[in-house]
Amino acid sequence: MSRDLDNPFSPFTGRRCPEGADEGQRHGGQKVAPPLTCLSASGVEPPVSTRPSDPRKRGEEKLPRAAAPFLGFARRLRRYGFAVAPEQVSGFMQAVTLLGPRSMSDIREAALATLAPPPDRRDEFEAHFQSHFYGNTSAVIEGEADEETRIKDDGGADDERIEAVHTQEGGELSSALEQLSTRDFQRDDDRLAAFRRKLASALPARRSFRTVRTPSRGKLDLRRSLREIVSADGDVPSPLLRRRQTVPRKLLLLIDVSGSMKLHTADYLKLAHAAVQGADRAEIFTFGTRLTRITAALRIRDRDQALARAAAQVDDWDGGTRMGPTLLAFLSVPRFSSFARGAAVVILSDALERGDHAELETAIRRLSARAFRLSLATPLAGDPRFRPATAALRAILPDLDDLIDGSSLTSLTDFILSLARPAPAASTIWKRVS
Amino acid sequence: MPEVKAETVATSPEAVAQHLAASRYLADDSLATAIFLAIRLGKPLLLEGAPGVGKTEAAKAIAELLGRDLVRLQCYEGIDAAHALYEWNYQRQLLAIRHAGEHEIDIYDDRFLIARPLLQVLKAPEQRVLLVDEIDRSDHEFEALLLEFLSDFQISIPERGTIRAATQPIVILTSNRTRELAEALRRRCVYHWIGYPDAEREAAIIMLRAGDVAEATARAVAAAVQTIRARPLAKPPGIAEAVEWANAATILEKGGSPWPEAFRRAIGVLIKDEEDLSYIAPELGRIVEEALA
Repeated sequence: MSRDLDNPFSPFTGRRCPEGADEGQRHGGQKVAPPLTCLSASGVEPPVSTRPSDPRKRGEEKLPRAAAPFLGFARRLRRYGFAVAPEQVSGFMQAVTLLGPRSMSDIREAALATLAPPPDRRDEFEAHFQSHFYGNTSAVIEGEADEETRIKDDGGADDERIEAVHTQEGGELSSALEQLSTRDFQRDDDRLAAFRRKLASALPARRSFRTVRTPSRGKLDLRRSLREIVSADGDVPSPLLRRRQTVPRKLLLLIDVSGSMKLHTADYLKLAHAAVQGADRAEIFTFGTRLTRITAALRIRDRDQALARAAAQVDDWDGGTRMGPTLLAFLSVPRFSSFARGAAVVILSDALERGDHAELETAIRRLSARAFRLSLATPLAGDPRFRPATAALRAILPDLDDLIDGSSLTSLTDFILSLARPAPAASTIWKRVS
Repeated sequence: MPEVKAETVATSPEAVAQHLAASRYLADDSLATAIFLAIRLGKPLLLEGAPGVGKTEAAKAIAELLGRDLVRLQCYEGIDAAHALYEWNYQRQLLAIRHAGEHEIDIYDDRFLIARPLLQVLKAPEQRVLLVDEIDRSDHEFEALLLEFLSDFQISIPERGTIRAATQPIVILTSNRTRELAEALRRRCVYHWIGYPDAEREAAIIMLRAGDVAEATARAVAAAVQTIRARPLAKPPGIAEAVEWANAATILEKGGSPWPEAFRRAIGVLIKDEEDLSYIAPELGRIVEEALA
């Protein structure tokens, strides 16, 4: 996390406020801030950006000087990608006023309750709080120990507002692209475009609790029928019917980005981008030694920018594989494991788990129990001599619905578009050829 | 408990915490502050957290401290306006039309209106607290409907006009965070993330909630549960399960099982997933013994 060296401010020490430190303005060495009770507890108006003059200046002119650090804190959070709305800022200042504030912890509680940082960014939020109000710039977010599986969630609440920034492609990604440079990209692009168009209607469907009108074969819609009866003066017209709507199931792609998958990662990410663009609800995670959610990055329409952003988020390119522990980590986060419930889950990996595969077996069994259909696409299956012979593959085969060729975009897109069609279980198919 | 004015209870976060403790709910400073702010700012309170950390219990305790009825709307995928706002009793309306014959009849009279939770709360905002439970299970369309309700506290019924709340009702939303809620909804609420309590607080909760459990037992359970939650389980045990485990182990111990054994035999009330059980079984003896030490 990057840090800036704002001038520290505390309403209790009266040190200089950070406002302007990042805006090219300086407040003179003002001393003790006026008491916060001069803020009304209702309707503290945040600066409105539609006004012709500089809204920040306006805000600081209108509000007591003591309010500046709070506005500054909200602004700082926005700069670092936290979604903070004007009404939250006014709520924050009202909350501070209501609480006294009797101590810095009151200000922290008010900020947490009203600015609502996502739980997975609480540490980052705390670091900003420390830096802004205490001037403590050493609050670095320490990574977890390596033996723990780290989980990164790229958020998703503000997907629509992601600004596409031109950055260099991750080195690993570009090197994979170079190795693939002999391929006919145009044909792949056409295939992915077709895949994106067809995906929403090709995914398996389930019945929703919501109902839609239907001309035949449905249940009687009493509400509409009664209205018809009333408007027809008590005559009973032909019955009006409704039936439960069908909605496409979720698609969950879990992409292995370890070293052994290096040749295929770029293709898989392109496929994932097309899936996110085409499906109503798709979720994409990468795993190697860590687990990273990259769905929000892939929502950017422009593929190159989306892939660059996703590449920047993943920390474990071309490392080892800890498939079992990372999948267990995925399942132990309720928010993530609920993505898998009733979803079509496709794992893109060679499943070359080193050492003990007991955790992989447990994870696959749990995933299979949650998913509507669990498929493993391995690039190794592109070889006609391939058999699921490793101990790990043999152990997980009974829990897989499909074990398919993941060596080319053609086979993958064809397979995902056929997910709605039933097929024999993976173990049945592979028994025949073994 | 008689109905009380919200402002008289919420004089400070500490007062809120004391009132909640009187309702047998131990809230930490952050939660008490969030509840205080929600009441005083007149905003809905959004409580997020893993299953079993006490979100719904918090809502019950808030209703109790205000002396109001709790109206609970349990969300699920596909929940819609007919389940949340109101519905007409069509069968009764049809019978009434038939029965009226030539007479005029108002089939949109109150007696044909079935008030669902949101309408119930609008009709008597000072006697009820609304709990929208597990909002994350509903779909986006319902979230939008709820957002509209929370912004104006009014419901328009085409046949009857608009029903508006006389005063702003107290609303609590809970979410297990199985999906990201709309930013607009989070913005409108006072937000609090409830984590699992630390061992000391959990021991206090167990003492408060369990029947006849010794303090040492409560502490041991709290310590063991902390260790068990750190493992990658499919269903980490919640606070209610910890309370049940303390109760069950105490009953077994009184029935003649020695201590570590009593905990081991009662594990079924703590861990309710077969795979989790087999995962934790080899370690359980050691975890319990360390907790008892």
